[in-house]
Amino acid sequence: MTDTILESKPDLLVDYDRAEQGDLDTEELLINMGPQHPATHGVLRVVLRVDGEMVLEAVPHIGYLHRCAEKIGESLEPYQYIPYTDRLDYVSAMNQNHAFALAIERLCGIEVPGRASLIRVIFLELNRIASHLVTVGAYGLDMGAFTPFLYVFREREMILDLFEATCGARLTYSYITPGGVREDLADGFVDSCREFLDYFEPKIDDYNDLLSFNQIFVKRTGKVGVIPARDAIAYGLTGPCLRASGVRWDVRRAIPYEGYERFDFDIPIGLPGGTGNIPPGVVVGDSWCRYYVRVLEMRQSVRIIRQALDMLADTTPGEIMAKKVKNLKLPAGCEVYLETDNPRGSMGFYVQGDGTTVPSRVKARGPSFSNLCITTHVCRNVLIADIPAIVGSIDMVMGEVDR
Amino acid sequence: MTPEEISNLLRRTFGDAIEEVVLAGAHPYVVVQADRWPEVAQFLRRDRRLKFNLLRCISSLDLLPDDKLAAVYDLCAVPEATDDKPLVCPHEFAVRVVTNRGNPHIPSVADVWETANWHEREAYDLMGIVFDNHPDLRRILCPDDWQGHPLRKDYVFPKEYHGIPGTTEHELPSPRH
Amino acid sequence: MSDISVPWRDREKPRLNPVARLVVVIAKLTRAVWTPILAHFAGFLLLGAIVGSILLVWAVYGIFNYVDAHVMDVHEPAAGDRFVRVAPFQEALAASEVPLGAVLAYPLWVLQCPFIRDVFGLCGVFGVICLVAMFAIWWERKVAGHIQSRCGPMRVGRWHGWAQSMADGLKLVCKEDLVPRSADRALFLAAPYLTFIPAVLAFVALPFGTYWVFRNLDVGLVFILAMLGVEVVGVIIAGWASNSKWTVLGAMREACQMVSYEIPMGMALLVPIMCVGSLNLVTVGDSQSGGWHTWLAFRSPFTLCACLTYFIAALASCKRAPFDLPEGESELVGGFHTEYSGWRWCLFFFAEYAAMFVVCGLATILFLGGWHSPLPSSWALESNAIWAKAVNGLLFAGPLWFIGKCMCLMYVQLWFRWTLPRIRIDQVLHACVQFMLPLVMLVLLANTFWELYVVPGDVLFIVGNVAASIVGLVLTLGFVVIAGYGWWNRRRLVQPQGWTYAVDLLKGS
Repeated sequence: MTDTILESKPDLLVDYDRAEQGDLDTEELLINMGPQHPATHGVLRVVLRVDGEMVLEAVPHIGYLHRCAEKIGESLEPYQYIPYTDRLDYVSAMNQNHAFALAIERLCGIEVPGRASLIRVIFLELNRIASHLVTVGAYGLDMGAFTPFLYVFREREMILDLFEATCGARLTYSYITPGGVREDLADGFVDSCREFLDYFEPKIDDYNDLLSFNQIFVKRTGKVGVIPARDAIAYGLTGPCLRASGVRWDVRRAIPYEGYERFDFDIPIGLPGGTGNIPPGVVVGDSWCRYYVRVLEMRQSVRIIRQALDMLADTTPGEIMAKKVKNLKLPAGCEVYLETDNPRGSMGFYVQGDGTTVPSRVKARGPSFSNLCITTHVCRNVLIADIPAIVGSIDMVMGEVDR
Repeated sequence: MTPEEISNLLRRTFGDAIEEVVLAGAHPYVVVQADRWPEVAQFLRRDRRLKFNLLRCISSLDLLPDDKLAAVYDLCAVPEATDDKPLVCPHEFAVRVVTNRGNPHIPSVADVWETANWHEREAYDLMGIVFDNHPDLRRILCPDDWQGHPLRKDYVFPKEYHGIPGTTEHELPSPRH
Repeated sequence: MSDISVPWRDREKPRLNPVARLVVVIAKLTRAVWTPILAHFAGFLLLGAIVGSILLVWAVYGIFNYVDAHVMDVHEPAAGDRFVRVAPFQEALAASEVPLGAVLAYPLWVLQCPFIRDVFGLCGVFGVICLVAMFAIWWERKVAGHIQSRCGPMRVGRWHGWAQSMADGLKLVCKEDLVPRSADRALFLAAPYLTFIPAVLAFVALPFGTYWVFRNLDVGLVFILAMLGVEVVGVIIAGWASNSKWTVLGAMREACQMVSYEIPMGMALLVPIMCVGSLNLVTVGDSQSGGWHTWLAFRSPFTLCACLTYFIAALASCKRAPFDLPEGESELVGGFHTEYSGWRWCLFFFAEYAAMFVVCGLATILFLGGWHSPLPSSWALESNAIWAKAVNGLLFAGPLWFIGKCMCLMYVQLWFRWTLPRIRIDQVLHACVQFMLPLVMLVLLANTFWELYVVPGDVLFIVGNVAASIVGLVLTLGFVVIAGYGWWNRRRLVQPQGWTYAVDLLKGS
């Protein structure tokens, strides 16, 4: 639809007849934001219909990073497919591994040993922190604040170090596999992890001082891109985007998995959920709330990791893999749909078995894919500078939108 | 509500529109007749007992042995409560709508759940299911001039697309490893 | 696979322009000579360059004075007589005793020609601009690095990457001069110069000291403001000629930002002008020689207010953060310079940093005592010690004081840039029209009445002066304390001591 408009309308068209009559009506302009644009976090393309600085309509176009992830899933065994899940949401690869592994375990009825489950929780939450750090930093960058970006990467580096020590990889881990985890924790991991948490927690206050409560930042993001709770649910938003709209919905609590019911943690939501200290000029469901929910979630993740590290002492080292998971046959006619709470929202995997070792259908429900579809609805009558503010606060990773 | 109760409720309300009920396994679902599906969807969305307000996913299936295509709608109810306690999911359920392979048509539910808009476009793009009354049914992941629907089981990977070779050096017909 | 055509492989090799080719050839030929020298004696070279250039400037200054005193006709040259005759030399020859000055007069004869002197002077001005821009770019990167818990450039030139700007310049000169096919070629090529030349011209009238000015204009302030205003034309032309939507948006933002912020900026500058009664920048600067409490910023509460307003408006007119919307890399890709690369892109940055220095220089001259030290100059005049005079900026130290103050203000600009997010366009205009403009109008009006009815020596004048001075002192101290705090706690920014890296944790390590 928009493509045809784009082709039929020459750029910067001047209506000379009207100009001669002294008519000062403005011309609308179609602008391609992306697929190569610093604010679109990858290869998202948003076609903007603008009148001067005012955006009348924004239509996202996706698919530039489509790599047939689902088709590949139909020709590979679950173990072989794990590295492909890394590449879906490469910012939180652990969570992706886990979502798929969990679906396969549910399909085949595999029990994961207690230690493996705890290690998974630790790594999931560490990766949640790492992912939120990227989001927070990149969002600051979208708003023109360069410095927080490097601060958060400094902290993220330490998390990556912890990952690297355990599984050898820094971005695409393939660490959580059906049945457990690939390797036991590295020596000294627990101490290092505690050291990191002690170091990291006060840093969150630094981000708040520098960015979250910065007047300019609040003015840029407050009341921009407000999504009411009803709209958020109808458009299928999940994760921080939904919670920022005031819905205390978290799959970890709503449909618990991986023993999350053992842990004591809060689910931060947008405003009335109440952390004091809310700056004026912010309403429920706006971009600032979507940003700040992520900051608050990092604290909760720290809490979970601390508890999990304490529980780890009661487990026997080495019990990290369920028995009989080699040459796994997926039962014929059985199917499963399972969602986990990823940093960006609910990551769902629909897997159907056909009696062989290869699933007959793998469908990945990317949270960013669903979150992104609200863009057109929200980006009406905003300024061009608000587009990065809104799109950045939705925080998509194109690898997982396009799959 | 448990899946049994939901399926019983649906069967009571819609009778023979519910073609099949599958409650065994990890993923209970009912099969709904394609032309009655919007009605059922409205009911699932609006009924006070069900309130399935979150459409989580639409997974398209190719049932090649039966010569059918199907779309699986995974639903979930998110309570609209504002108290401080974390929400617990009251019930989740799935609906499967089956259509024939030669001329696949399923009514769109984009007016029931807005998020279905993109999910249906994806199913159309990759599986070729046509969703009737969809506001904007275009390809979403593949280019507009792409031939065929890649997730079908009998899909043949093209040899070439605008000068880009589609096969590997070993002339494998599909990217199967 | 082989039949795929790869466009960038089939294309002919990029053609460099002659200047770039010359630079490349020279760099290649002299690489073997320079590399070891640069690598081993970088620090000495830098120090030598700084000391040497200062000595050189002083020497030229001395020679000019000498020529004025000894060689040139003591009588006023006749009107239209552009070339000064070497009459004294012939007279000296006639006398059997040949003075040294007369001998030097032949080689220095060229310097008697005003045109040659102007060329010398302009070269000096140009050199200052290049030095300022190169230093400021390097400095900004270092400041940004340290603020962001990293080092910034560290390699080029060994000592803290001091030669990074030169290396970047060399790289940019050697890059291909790309012009988009749909661009308006002539305008596209001319636009960087239209931005750069006004910045150079602004330096022509900017005094670095009482005598350190290329052209001491009676309307110096107006001239500099005009040049800063003309700069925007280059930016708009660049945005328009690129024929890209992003550049047009950037250019329009620049235009509307400049047009709106010129007004509060100019009005704020009228306040000190009103106090002194002259548009001549040298006069204004020299009127503040009585110590820091006579600086115009601290003259009355209104001038202090005008000073702060001017600084913010100047940030906006230099398109520095948080007002860097015309570039706005996260919104407009690169704003007006999206399509530029290589040397032309470099020129935009030279102009930007030069403009930064000019607005800081204006703030220094008009509000912060120009080239005078915070100590009253009467103190130094009474003392005969040469160091006292130097400290007071009476001898050659004036430009040093001036540059030092400018650098402090520029540091504040850099600090802002690396701390604050960017403002939205409507907020920029809102802040200007609804806040700064009324404020500066009120200040202007109030200052008028203050100047009319409050004469120096009044109780009210002293109270106002003391109050403004104290506030100014507190602000300055606050600046120093915050900067010092950051410096003191710089270790907090790096990773915790003793963090064990992944390799140490790996099994079997």
